[in-house]
Amino acid sequence: MNSLIPLLVAAPLAGAALLLLGGRALDRFGHWLATAFAALSFGFGLALFSDMLGRGAEHRAVTQHLFSWVPVNGFQADMTFRLDQLSMTFVLLISGVGTLIHLYSVGYMAHDERRRRFFAYLNLFLAAMLLLVVADNYLLLYFGWEGVGLASYLLIGFWQHKPSAATAAKKAFLVNRVGDMGLSIAIMLMFTEFGSFAFGPVLGSEGAVGAAHQASEGKLTAIGLMLLLAACGKSAQVPLQSWLGDAMEGPTPVSALIHAATMVTAGVYLITRSSAIFDLAPDAQTAVVVVGAVTLLFGAIVGCAKDDIKKALAGSTMSQIGYMVLAAGLGPIGYAFAIMHLVTHGFFKAGLFLGAGSVMHGMDDEVNMRHYGGLRKYMPVTFVTFGLGYLAIIGFPGLSGFFSKDKIIEAAFAKGGTEGWILGLCALVGAAVTAFYMTRVMVLTFFGEKRWQPDEDGNAPHPHESPKTMTIPMVLLAFGSVFAGGLFAFNDSFLKWLEPVTGHEEGNSPLAPLTVTLLTMACMLAGVALAYLMYGRSPVPVVPPVGSPLTRAARRDLLQDDFNHAVLVRPGSALTATLVFFDSRGLDGFVNGLAAAIGGLSGRLRRVQNGFVRSYALSMFGGTLVLVATTLLMRSV
Amino acid sequence: MNPVNYLYLSALLFTIGASGVLIRRNAIVLFMCVELMLNASNLALVTFSRMHGTLDGQIIAFFTMVVAAAEVVVGLAIIVSIFRTRHSASVDDSNLMKL
Repeated sequence: MNSLIPLLVAAPLAGAALLLLGGRALDRFGHWLATAFAALSFGFGLALFSDMLGRGAEHRAVTQHLFSWVPVNGFQADMTFRLDQLSMTFVLLISGVGTLIHLYSVGYMAHDERRRRFFAYLNLFLAAMLLLVVADNYLLLYFGWEGVGLASYLLIGFWQHKPSAATAAKKAFLVNRVGDMGLSIAIMLMFTEFGSFAFGPVLGSEGAVGAAHQASEGKLTAIGLMLLLAACGKSAQVPLQSWLGDAMEGPTPVSALIHAATMVTAGVYLITRSSAIFDLAPDAQTAVVVVGAVTLLFGAIVGCAKDDIKKALAGSTMSQIGYMVLAAGLGPIGYAFAIMHLVTHGFFKAGLFLGAGSVMHGMDDEVNMRHYGGLRKYMPVTFVTFGLGYLAIIGFPGLSGFFSKDKIIEAAFAKGGTEGWILGLCALVGAAVTAFYMTRVMVLTFFGEKRWQPDEDGNAPHPHESPKTMTIPMVLLAFGSVFAGGLFAFNDSFLKWLEPVTGHEEGNSPLAPLTVTLLTMACMLAGVALAYLMYGRSPVPVVPPVGSPLTRAARRDLLQDDFNHAVLVRPGSALTATLVFFDSRGLDGFVNGLAAAIGGLSGRLRRVQNGFVRSYALSMFGGTLVLVATTLLMRSV
Repeated sequence: MNPVNYLYLSALLFTIGASGVLIRRNAIVLFMCVELMLNASNLALVTFSRMHGTLDGQIIAFFTMVVAAAEVVVGLAIIVSIFRTRHSASVDDSNLMKL
């Protein structure tokens, strides 16, 4: 059975290779081929899952050695896969949601002439992401990590004829590079400190204690901070968050799969996977928590101000991943809840993005929510599925988000002390803001008066429901948004499932769980009510009002780009200019000066060679005279 | 007669030859001046031979004559062929090897 594990990765990889190398012959049915390969991977995942369920909790983690990848004496990197409960969760999420989004893309990209290439990239992404989560050592994980970065770059810039898409792809790649640097440094540190970067020897496995347990706290903190940097880059956490909003330039299925459900959660996976390191490095853990708390508020505030439906959802993604990072930073109290929120978020956020894509599909690719309005009558299926996703994300009781988010807020309070209060309040405020911006998106898009207008050519959009290939995935994801949370929370099944990998501790919360739940509900209702008062009661202006300074800042992503420009780009350019100056005037000046001096001297010497025999004869004559005179002089002395 | 006078004559002839080589442009004249220098050195060799009472110098003088004769053959042939192609015997005109 374990031999199926490599096939998880191999199936979509084969699909990508086939589609990229197959040429135009595959144009007609290539998209179905890619979908089949994704579904095949999901099938393998299900088979492995049922196999895993058949074993006792202690025997569920399996490894499968494929071949020795970099066999160097003292440096062993193996192509070894590890499938435990944590990887299994990710495998099912990635291949399941991935298959649905392949199916959706069949409809969404129907009229794109480069569709085959798009599906090839999607398959490539699936392969890289699955490799990332089933890798058994950090180097192999890094391989998958870079692979998803590449696929993300290719897919954000898929419509490369738009300069904005090309720039966004470049921006995402460059910002991710900063994080990737963190991961590579962390791996190097592990190798020099522990002599290995495989999960077993470093983190410990099945009762054996890993090298991390013997290392000093300082070293572990350094490794932890580098891993956090990596997670920040991939998961769009402050301070490396700036790429996610622009990444919405990619086709909407890409935003749903890569920039909402799967790839951006890789950072949470990394932190949870490295729990053995973070548990022993409290300073690094504090940094994780701070990053999570800051990002969850940052993303939520940005999400409130955006009029672009995808960018509002991108802000929301950032904020929700902030929740997960926060939970992962809480240690064993929170790991399982981070992953639980990750999975439910994968369902409802992918559903929301697909809904947004469906709306755009029906509205001639209009993304400005101020030009929507009243769409519920035109797109009933989209409205219902989007609405269920909306209820799930704001944490409406009984739906997925309610269970997972509530647990995180509880865990934040359970951290204890002042820290616990601060984190818990941040999470509560975040829940209120989430309810606010999601209600705003909902009201602007589906309620109120219709606000779309004909463009310059007089073509008004004719909103219509999307084809079946698009609505079926939305419906299935809506089911996930509704039921996944309840299923996971029932009898703490998800917690028990993950406990052997991540461990679990009950914190001692100063508030009773029921109090936290009621507080969360109150915050949520306040957010919904405020948004309804602001956008539901009166007609929404098509031209956005000027707004408060905070709104204006949030429209510009809380000045993140201005900050990066002022703090990083400008000094960087100045440094480069200085270096160029020194290079061209200093080094080049010296070298060029030397060359010019020698050239000038040679030019003068050249005149001696005038080509007249008699002048050569004269010099010979002179030379002979000098020789003779010298000889005579020497003899007389 | 004091043999040193022959040495003075030799030096005089050599100087005339050398200045001819340096100053004149006609290849034939140049050539004659070279011969003059060779003969001046021959004269010096024979004189020294006489002064020291050995035969070495005279023998070397013979060698010089042989070499000079061979040189005349080759040199004149070159000058004649250059003159045929370039219609000039001036050494300043032969500058094809100059960069």
